[in-house]
Amino acid sequence: MTELDTSGYSCPEPVIMTKKALKDSPEGLAVLVDNRASKENVSRYATALGYKVKVEEAGQNWKLIISK
Amino acid sequence: MEEIRLTSLVRSSGCNAKLPPGDLHKALDNLEQVRSRSLIEGFESSDDALVYDIGDKALIETVDFFPPMVDDPEIFGEIAAANAISDIYAMGGEPRIAMSLMCFPSCLDISIMRRIMIGAIRKAGEAGVVIAGGHTLSDREPKFGLAVTGFAKKDRIWSNHGVRPGDVAVLTKRLGVGLLMTAHKAGETDAKEAIEQMRTLNKKAWEAADGLDIHAATDVTGFSLMGHSYEAASASGVTLLIRSEDLRFLPGAEEAARFGFVPEGRYTNEDYLADKVFVPESCPLYFRDMLFSPETSGGLLLFMSPDDAGIYMKRLDTAFVIGEAVRFQEMHVKVV
Repeated sequence: MTELDTSGYSCPEPVIMTKKALKDSPEGLAVLVDNRASKENVSRYATALGYKVKVEEAGQNWKLIISK
Repeated sequence: MEEIRLTSLVRSSGCNAKLPPGDLHKALDNLEQVRSRSLIEGFESSDDALVYDIGDKALIETVDFFPPMVDDPEIFGEIAAANAISDIYAMGGEPRIAMSLMCFPSCLDISIMRRIMIGAIRKAGEAGVVIAGGHTLSDREPKFGLAVTGFAKKDRIWSNHGVRPGDVAVLTKRLGVGLLMTAHKAGETDAKEAIEQMRTLNKKAWEAADGLDIHAATDVTGFSLMGHSYEAASASGVTLLIRSEDLRFLPGAEEAARFGFVPEGRYTNEDYLADKVFVPESCPLYFRDMLFSPETSGGLLLFMSPDDAGIYMKRLDTAFVIGEAVRFQEMHVKVV
């Protein structure tokens, strides 16, 4: 599964990065986020497009598994 | 030469750049300082400005500045001025003089600073305000705003702690600016109506209250509709019932929320307010986003009798009722 690391970026940047990455990997991808706003916002974006989102804790960060 | 986009230089923008309310209370609550008998409203009351007794009338003073949320320097100057001046209107006063606060990166062409000032002077002029001085710093991120002074008759000062049970709450601008400007920063919308609304002075909203008995007032900015409603209701010891179906949002705000273009301040606002306001479980996520998202240069939130509200809304067609105050019941704000 393609991985996207949005660490160090603040909103709306992680959503824009996810949007671009999903164009290249429409089947889904894993997105690493390092703050709550990004976790929430990337999840909202993927859900609005009809994807399923699973949130995994990864230390201080989160990994969002976005799939069809 | 390609012009640098102002918004590309900043991490957060507009009133979304405010420190979270919880942190602010930790830093500022119960600080000891010299008392002044002439100070009518000061630090303690979380009001929009200070009010100082100068004899036959009251002096009102406020300061507000923030990073740009638009790329056009003149429009940024206009929005920053309209936003700063709004705090004087929110206290019932007439703004008169101002000083500018400017933080400016050395990498930017100095003509951009001039254009920010042109916009600010134009908007201040519309309010009858003269910008008479200021201070400039070199900074990595641009920021701009005004310290504004105004005056009011002593019996016409609107604080945020005079809400009475039975009062109607009237809002004078639509909500959703923070969401739309986040989507705008992502290139998803031109946010035309949000920008137009931000650069609109609250002058007409203030004038429309002439002769009416305004019991309390504030303006809706970075702490969101919920945050500013809570401040007014808790300071007044009442509960404000906000009717969700009566709220008006700018077009596109709901879509921005659904697609995750949600400003960071929305989350810190809800953290601070979680145990202070009631939002029903059934309220969809996007609607919670709209309730808790920061606004920039938002409308006045006025509390008055139902009769006065009827007159007020005939005078100002952008105004709408969002709910009413009742005697305190468990929480200071309830969304119904």
